Amino acid sequence: MFEKHLMVCGATGCLASGSKDVTEVLEKELSDRGIRDKFRIVMAGCPGFCEVGPIIVVYPDEVFYCRLDPENIAEIVEQHFVNGEIVEKHLFKPPKSKEVKRFYDEIPFYSKQVFNVLRNSGRVNPESIDEYIMRGGYRALTRALDMKSEDIVEEVKTAGLRGRGGAGFPSGLKWKFTLQAPGTKKYIVCNADEGDPGAFMDRSILEGDPHAIIEGMLIAGLAIGSDEGYVYCRAEYPLAIQRLKMAIEQAEEYGLLGENILGSGYNYKLNIKEGAGAFVCGEETALLASIEGKRGVPRPRPPFPAQKGLWDYPTCINNVETFANVPLILRLGAEEYAKVGTENSKGTKVFALAGKVNNTGLVEVPMGITIKEIVYDVGGGIQKDRAFKAVQIGGPSGGCLPEDKLDLPVDYDSLTQAGAIMGSGGMIAMDEFTCMVDLARYFLSFTQNESCGKCTPCREGTKRMLEILERITEGEGKLEDLDTLRDLASSIKDSSLCGLGQTAPNPVLTTLRYFEHEYREHIEEKYCRSGICKELFEYAIDPESCNGCRACTKVCAVDAISGEKKEPHKIDVELCTKCGSCVDRCRQDAIKIIRVGSEADVQG
Amino acid sequence: MSKVKVTIDGREVEVPAGSTIYEAAQQVGVEIPTFCYDPELTRVGACRICVVEVEKARALVASCAAPVGDGMVVHTESERVVKARKNILRLILGNHPLECMTCQKTGDCKLQDYCYYYGVNEAGFEGEVKELELDDTNPFIRRDMNKCLLCGKCVRKCEEINGATAIDFMNRGFISNVGPAFDDPLEESPCVFCGLCVDVCPVGALLPRESIGKGRPWQVEKKEVVCPYCGVGCSINLHIKDGEVIDASAVEDSPVNRGHLCTKGRFGWDFLQSEERLTSPLVKQNGVFVETGWEEALQEVAKRLTEVRQKYGNDALAGLSSAKVTNEENYLFQKFIRELGTNNVDHCARLCHSPTLAGMEKAFGIAGMTNTIEEITGAGVILVIGSNTTETHPVVSYRVKEAVNNGAGLIVVDPRETRLAVEADSFLQVRPGTDVALLNGLAHLIIKEDLVDQKFIEEKTEGFEELKKTLDGYTPEYVEKITGVPAGELREAARLFGAAEKGSILYTMGITSHTSGTNNVLSVCNLAMLTGNIGEESTGVNSLCGQNNVQGACDMGALPDKLAGEHSIEEKDTGLTAVEMMKAAAEGEVKAMYIMGENPLLSEPHLEHVQEAMEKLDFLVVQDIFLSETAQKADVVLPAAAFAEKDGTYTNTERRVQLSRAAVAAPGEARADWEILCGLANKLGMNWDFSSPEEIMKEIASRNPNYAGINYQRLEESKGLQWPCPDLGHAGTPVLHREGFARGRGKFHPVEYAPPSEETDSYYPLWLTTGRHIFHYHTSTMTGRSRGLGSHVPEEMVQVNPEDASRLDISGGDTVEVASRRGKLNARADLTDMVPPGTVFMTFHSSELAVNFLTSDEMDAEAKVPELKVCAVNVRKAEQSH
Repeated sequence: MFEKHLMVCGATGCLASGSKDVTEVLEKELSDRGIRDKFRIVMAGCPGFCEVGPIIVVYPDEVFYCRLDPENIAEIVEQHFVNGEIVEKHLFKPPKSKEVKRFYDEIPFYSKQVFNVLRNSGRVNPESIDEYIMRGGYRALTRALDMKSEDIVEEVKTAGLRGRGGAGFPSGLKWKFTLQAPGTKKYIVCNADEGDPGAFMDRSILEGDPHAIIEGMLIAGLAIGSDEGYVYCRAEYPLAIQRLKMAIEQAEEYGLLGENILGSGYNYKLNIKEGAGAFVCGEETALLASIEGKRGVPRPRPPFPAQKGLWDYPTCINNVETFANVPLILRLGAEEYAKVGTENSKGTKVFALAGKVNNTGLVEVPMGITIKEIVYDVGGGIQKDRAFKAVQIGGPSGGCLPEDKLDLPVDYDSLTQAGAIMGSGGMIAMDEFTCMVDLARYFLSFTQNESCGKCTPCREGTKRMLEILERITEGEGKLEDLDTLRDLASSIKDSSLCGLGQTAPNPVLTTLRYFEHEYREHIEEKYCRSGICKELFEYAIDPESCNGCRACTKVCAVDAISGEKKEPHKIDVELCTKCGSCVDRCRQDAIKIIRVGSEADVQG
Repeated sequence: MSKVKVTIDGREVEVPAGSTIYEAAQQVGVEIPTFCYDPELTRVGACRICVVEVEKARALVASCAAPVGDGMVVHTESERVVKARKNILRLILGNHPLECMTCQKTGDCKLQDYCYYYGVNEAGFEGEVKELELDDTNPFIRRDMNKCLLCGKCVRKCEEINGATAIDFMNRGFISNVGPAFDDPLEESPCVFCGLCVDVCPVGALLPRESIGKGRPWQVEKKEVVCPYCGVGCSINLHIKDGEVIDASAVEDSPVNRGHLCTKGRFGWDFLQSEERLTSPLVKQNGVFVETGWEEALQEVAKRLTEVRQKYGNDALAGLSSAKVTNEENYLFQKFIRELGTNNVDHCARLCHSPTLAGMEKAFGIAGMTNTIEEITGAGVILVIGSNTTETHPVVSYRVKEAVNNGAGLIVVDPRETRLAVEADSFLQVRPGTDVALLNGLAHLIIKEDLVDQKFIEEKTEGFEELKKTLDGYTPEYVEKITGVPAGELREAARLFGAAEKGSILYTMGITSHTSGTNNVLSVCNLAMLTGNIGEESTGVNSLCGQNNVQGACDMGALPDKLAGEHSIEEKDTGLTAVEMMKAAAEGEVKAMYIMGENPLLSEPHLEHVQEAMEKLDFLVVQDIFLSETAQKADVVLPAAAFAEKDGTYTNTERRVQLSRAAVAAPGEARADWEILCGLANKLGMNWDFSSPEEIMKEIASRNPNYAGINYQRLEESKGLQWPCPDLGHAGTPVLHREGFARGRGKFHPVEYAPPSEETDSYYPLWLTTGRHIFHYHTSTMTGRSRGLGSHVPEEMVQVNPEDASRLDISGGDTVEVASRRGKLNARADLTDMVPPGTVFMTFHSSELAVNFLTSDEMDAEAKVPELKVCAVNVRKAEQSH
């Protein structure tokens, strides 16, 4: 019998911050004390709070240890696991708070989250089908096996499920089209080609709860009359692929996949296809081409995959998170499921929350929650109490929303109206030190780099837009560039072949819409107020604020800062490389971003 | 098909459901610009210049790819559309060298046209532009990918039409490019230089190298001619400036090639301008050719022929007509020889088509490819036997490819793993010369597995029971022993062929140039009749003729046993066949020969013997466009006009009589063959008064009932007429035997397998089979004088399987000695799996490597075709490798 269950986050994020080493030390410390067999150690899925990884959650004690280091483990083992005293210093402590938080329910990060698709992630052993089943897994499938295809489709339609991959197309409708399309064979394809920079929703679901995807696809197969499916997963997700493979084997062994599933006569074969990492392969027609072994480039739609998909057979293609919602709908019933969310956006949405918030990580929030709640309540506000400037929603295809949109409810239609998109769930918060022109340049350089090159507007147009943005950030911009950008952007959106090109200008258009003044400042005043575009600002030390602590001189790699102790310091702009280390170091906030050549004004 | 109503620019139109917006717009005469669209290629919607505004649609849609919907309202030139198009043009211009002043494409460039139309003068962007290296390493195509706008039509033509898949997209995004794998030069890729990519390039990225700088489109006149190479008979537009051909392109609306050509048709026209063209009659004096006038030359020929006739009798004369010259000229040639009192007239159909004539006449009553080339695309299964279609009839191979793309099964029977074999569902790698066994084996299985068309057999054929008896013994296991084809593979192929609704059989010299040639053809006919694959569209026994006028030359009676119109000559009066003429000459029975446009000194088997024969002749007159190997041996050489320099008709492999008009003048004193023949005839007192080929055709129509309905006016108005065309109101016959067989009932001929005329033994342990490759034609008389074709494959080699090579200690490129019972020669070895172990392959293109020194002149008893396709040889490392 185990005394305690230790859920170590074994997702990619925590693995990167060292959870494997932590586990090894944990094993050793427990073994050294001869108590290893009393503890069940699980490399669990992602509990979401990546900011504070590596994480160990201890049951039944309900203790959430975070920011762990292999060196901390001996202490925890000795004090907590041997002597029964919780080690408080490794519990979560919110910024500027003295009070430690012991478990999920006390941690503000989790307070407004609703765990639907992430309900198992971090809480079960993702490599065990039994644990999935014990948490109600495959009950939705057994229910679906007794239903008619049309009824399953109806259930999903009633639930109001919309595609979580970006465009938010009603899933039930898509299923209905695929069901109605004539075909001797039909396919289900799961799009796990999550490519937005910084997004890892789908990876976490695959790593933390792979059976949910299998179950969702099995139900979809019943709904549209398919007996074979593919999960198209990028090869950069080795752990997700490994877990999924394991889950497929287990499901096959349990008679939940393969021939005559649970004696029902339903056959289903599930394949994994590893993608080579091209962003455009997340576009459904490119993805299908890639599975077929062709060059992964999009083709015009119609015909939509529902009519002519994989190898020209009707194909239902949804993303990971969409499929993960399906078992829930069947288990809870459409009405119960639809209680969460807004009128036209039902259920929850998982976001990869990143950027300048205090609590970065994976969050699942009910549709309709405001941006403010996500940034401030879940995200814990902006780091160092700096001013919020904007939030980019929807990754490189999405848009940038300013402060006055903070109260916008997060649902498909509101976001689209504001110029952003729900996207697959990337959400990046930005503070005053983020240059909006540079941000647009960054996202455009991503899409430009990932453009497949097939259609003219995307291939040539994004390049020209990027070149203009680069010139603006280098101080070479002209006012007419703004017209050119708008003109090109509208043509590219209007005439590109696929979603990549049609959305690529969005970051530029939204920043132009909400932050045109920053563009103008770059062009007319040759000034980047955020201190990002190196040609367009200088640092200067405000003599009023500087207390001469010398901290900045110690971090300056080029010895550009001089001054006597306790006397105001000075930056030699000729030497300064604008690396910003001094700014981060200065406790007095004395280092200011100024216009090039305006040093005299500050020095006054 | 259901129809939908759409409104395009305010005009309502009803179009079939599933039509694209572009197609609907064409119906109402609305022009939409396109770069990447081509009606015969996959719609990719890549260039986006064809975008249109569809009411209620979120974004603009690519009209070339988007299907119409009922009630759809489309605006093709709205402000929004024009803005997008202008931006697309600006974006293209921004990454396109503006070299219009010198660009060969100027005047025929879509980018220019659209920029002109939309008033786009410059990109208005500064930034990175492509700087790719020029690919100018091959003699055919210059690739300047800096001009490429990535429409990808070249890639699709190469893959979907030709099947070579030599090029594809590489890289992605802004640095996307098109080219061969690894960005190799085209020269080192699987490119077969068909030029389909060049002709479809909307800009100057792909250009025909020879034409650069030679003329602007508006200075060029296009004249339509029939291709001088293979029996497909493609129509070509010759681009002529100041009386000189500077380029060629496919005729788009030709029912034969509908816009497609192969490398020879596309790039092989320039032999016309060769400095080696014969420009004056030559008379040999003291072993040296001396230029003379026509009068003198014709007088000499007339005198010498008369001398031989008087001294040795009429049958001491023999003539070889030509499958390269027009019907009219063939008609005159045989008329000329026959008026001299002998039936000793033949031509090179003896080496290829004669078994088809013999076999099909016996089985069906009339001989000729039963169906049209275009119908191949509709077949459910295609059996290709003894035809390396991709290289010898490339445009037909495009149709096979199209059929396969449409879902047809493909069975290939060949000793070599040809490209079609690689693509086939079933490849039966047969031992050379064992085709009867293989075909009998297929028929055996089709009967055994009840895949026969019983109704067809009962209603339309006779002799089935006898056939069945003979086939009884051809079990797959027995057939495997003879052919080397595993029994299981034979079964699969039989099922594939037998199960299809429409089966089409294609064959060429691979089964005809054998001592069993006629029997091979009969076996093919058996197979087609067993499965009911005759007399219907997309079925048939489809013999692919080698030369561009094999069928016509036969129809004209350039045969020792037939007059024009298949009027057989009584057996006792039958003249000598081509091979027999050589044998007779060697024995001193034939004393004088008149050879028009043929080169037997390379093309006939057992060349040493042919050389001896030629040398024994008292008089040889050769009429040709070049001083061929044969012409060099002549006493008098008469310079002829080439295909593009004269009027006349050619009958292609599908029996289509096509009119070809003179496009340029013949060089020097060269004259059309018909003119020479008329001159000569009159010198011999024949009193001919033909003043034009058109007049000759009138006589042909009166002699050959299949041509009775054919005249120049009808040919001008149509795209050729397929015989039988018995009267002026008849539209021609695309499918033979539709209303029953010409002989009444189709007759099954039981044929037994007989081994080739010679067997391998310990001295000659390997099989040699011969053929052609794509870049040369026959004895290279023309292709060898084409700048591109002549230089592209500099040397013919002997193909040896690596297994044999290793056993014989031969490395790739080694010089080996290939010896048969008749001769030997040295060639460099090309080690390839294309030939199976135990078999080597050589072409007969080169005079330096004249493979016919090795081949056997043993003949098929009926058709008298020599066994060019198989003989026993020994291969060993040559003593002096270089």
